[in-house]
Amino acid sequence: MSIFDSIRTALRAIAANRLRSGLTALGLVIGVASVIVLIAVGQGAQQGVQDRIRGLGSDLIFVKPAPPTDRTTGARGARDSGITLTAADADAIDSAKVPGVMGVAPQLSFNAQAIALSQNLGVTVIGTTPSYMDVRDAKVAEGDFIGADDVDRRALTLVLGSAVAETLFPDGDAIGQQVRLALGPQGFNFRVIGVMAARGGTGEQDNYVFVPVPSLSSRVQFLRNPRGDISVNQINIRSVPGANQDLIGTAITDILAQRHQVVSPDFTVQSQNDLVGAAAEVSRTLSILLGSIAGISLIVGGIGTMNIMLVSVTERTREIGIRRAVGARGMDVMRQFVTEAIVLSLVGGLIGIGIGVAVAVAIDGRDISGTAMQTAIQTWSIGLAFGVALLVGLVSGSYPAFRASRLDPILALRSE
Amino acid sequence: MIHLEGIEKVYRTDAGEVRALDGVSLDVRAGEFIAIMGASGSGKSTMMNIIGLLDDPTAGIYELDGADVSKLDDDTRSRLRGRLFGFVFQSYNLVPRMTAVEQVELPLLYQRRSNRRAMALEALERVGLADRASHHPNQLSGGQQQRVAIARSLVVHPNVILADEPTGALDTRTSEEVMGIFEELAREQQITVVVVTHEQNIADFTNRTVRMRDGVIISDEQRARATAPASTTPVVSEVAR
Repeated sequence: MSIFDSIRTALRAIAANRLRSGLTALGLVIGVASVIVLIAVGQGAQQGVQDRIRGLGSDLIFVKPAPPTDRTTGARGARDSGITLTAADADAIDSAKVPGVMGVAPQLSFNAQAIALSQNLGVTVIGTTPSYMDVRDAKVAEGDFIGADDVDRRALTLVLGSAVAETLFPDGDAIGQQVRLALGPQGFNFRVIGVMAARGGTGEQDNYVFVPVPSLSSRVQFLRNPRGDISVNQINIRSVPGANQDLIGTAITDILAQRHQVVSPDFTVQSQNDLVGAAAEVSRTLSILLGSIAGISLIVGGIGTMNIMLVSVTERTREIGIRRAVGARGMDVMRQFVTEAIVLSLVGGLIGIGIGVAVAVAIDGRDISGTAMQTAIQTWSIGLAFGVALLVGLVSGSYPAFRASRLDPILALRSE
Repeated sequence: MIHLEGIEKVYRTDAGEVRALDGVSLDVRAGEFIAIMGASGSGKSTMMNIIGLLDDPTAGIYELDGADVSKLDDDTRSRLRGRLFGFVFQSYNLVPRMTAVEQVELPLLYQRRSNRRAMALEALERVGLADRASHHPNQLSGGQQQRVAIARSLVVHPNVILADEPTGALDTRTSEEVMGIFEELAREQQITVVVVTHEQNIADFTNRTVRMRDGVIISDEQRARATAPASTTPVVSEVAR
């Protein structure tokens, strides 16, 4: 029997029992679809995390205070609660002119209530310097960013994030307006000198308000450390594209260790590559987990296929006898059933791809219990799922087909 | 063309050995129309299966046109079976989901013939069922189904048609029709037709009747070829045993 005839015969047999064929293929449909969807979800999550990290800007190195440890009790403080970094540290790193460093910007952040004439909003206030623009790749939509003399004069000037500007001044024309920043019982009136361009992404950075780093620190006691220095939560450093961030990190560690006169560093240096790597590892684990679950459902689908093929062989014993009597070799019978299994899994695989891609596209960007789903359909996962489905069809069809080919023609003809 | 000599078939069961055939010798010439009679268990079906290469003998010689075929491998036997033999069964043995013409095409499928449809229609025409080509078995009467089965057996232009109780499920008139087709095939196309039956009136259509009991041939009578079964002149040749 030619391949073409085999396929035609298989299609006829499949069409002759539509419900059973459909149920057989269903296992593989679900298996293939879930492989595609789950891998798309896993990869989407990975991409989402990486996008978010890249959205911070590129080629960044962050220096943060290490959590303080009480010398007598050994109690470790919470992350980011240290006050060991100062604006002066940032200046020192900047003036050291470490090779490969493009810019240094201190960052002091705290929450405050921003109050305009008729609107108010809880915001994150970022105290920084003009270099923040270059380091964090920020852009101003209107007006100016903080200037060097704003920092020198400790001016009460401020730049609004785009979302803040929209809320506080729905009619626009924010420039030159007064905004009061309230920190607990204290409050200070600032003059708006600029509005940032929207950054998008999670929207977090559009909710920032920028002020010169010493403006509030010099006026508010708790923003200074016990020695009276301006403490910062973070020093942002941007490296030249392609620079070795590990070398820069080591150089910064040396500078700060010398300045702080400590044996074990009271700060941490983390490059963006570290963050991307760590996040990638987490989401890779997620992908493997999801992929394994999908793989199991493919195997279960395959076992379903084998089960129904076995039933089919038993049910069609007499037909096998007839075919043997009219000249079919054992191999012809074997090929007929293997072809049937392959055609079935081929059809199931194609439908599974269709459903999988449709579902992955449908849930992309949807809110599912408060989380924005992000999916990224992987071409390789389609190929993989399809290939595995075919393989499963081949394997699960082979044993029933082998049994069919070994049937005694005489007994097969006599079976009911 | 068929030469059986000392054929034995022994089945091993839990209860011991069963000798289905116990030394059968038989010669059948091309174009002979022959009936094999015997009670159930006499070994007639086993002999048919061995002749049709569906089964192989435990001992003895089976030659087809002078070539020993008793010890061929399964693939070769399948191929010879498809080309040399046509089978007709009591229960028709049609595939339920296939149309008449597809049933008839089935043997050609395994010979990779190209003009299958035309050959199948021609065979259906020969049994007078050209107008039922696209009917499924459940849309046909018993006699029509058996004629489809006959068309399927003769589409490969076989040397031998082996019919196992072909009229067992048919009424008298239809039975005579079927036997008439066989008679014609033997006479006009020199196809050897072997019919297993336990009805004397069916055996009377043939030119030769072989009777079996307990795995051996007990009688073998030839009649002069005639169109009417009544005018026969038996030539009894007792098997020396």
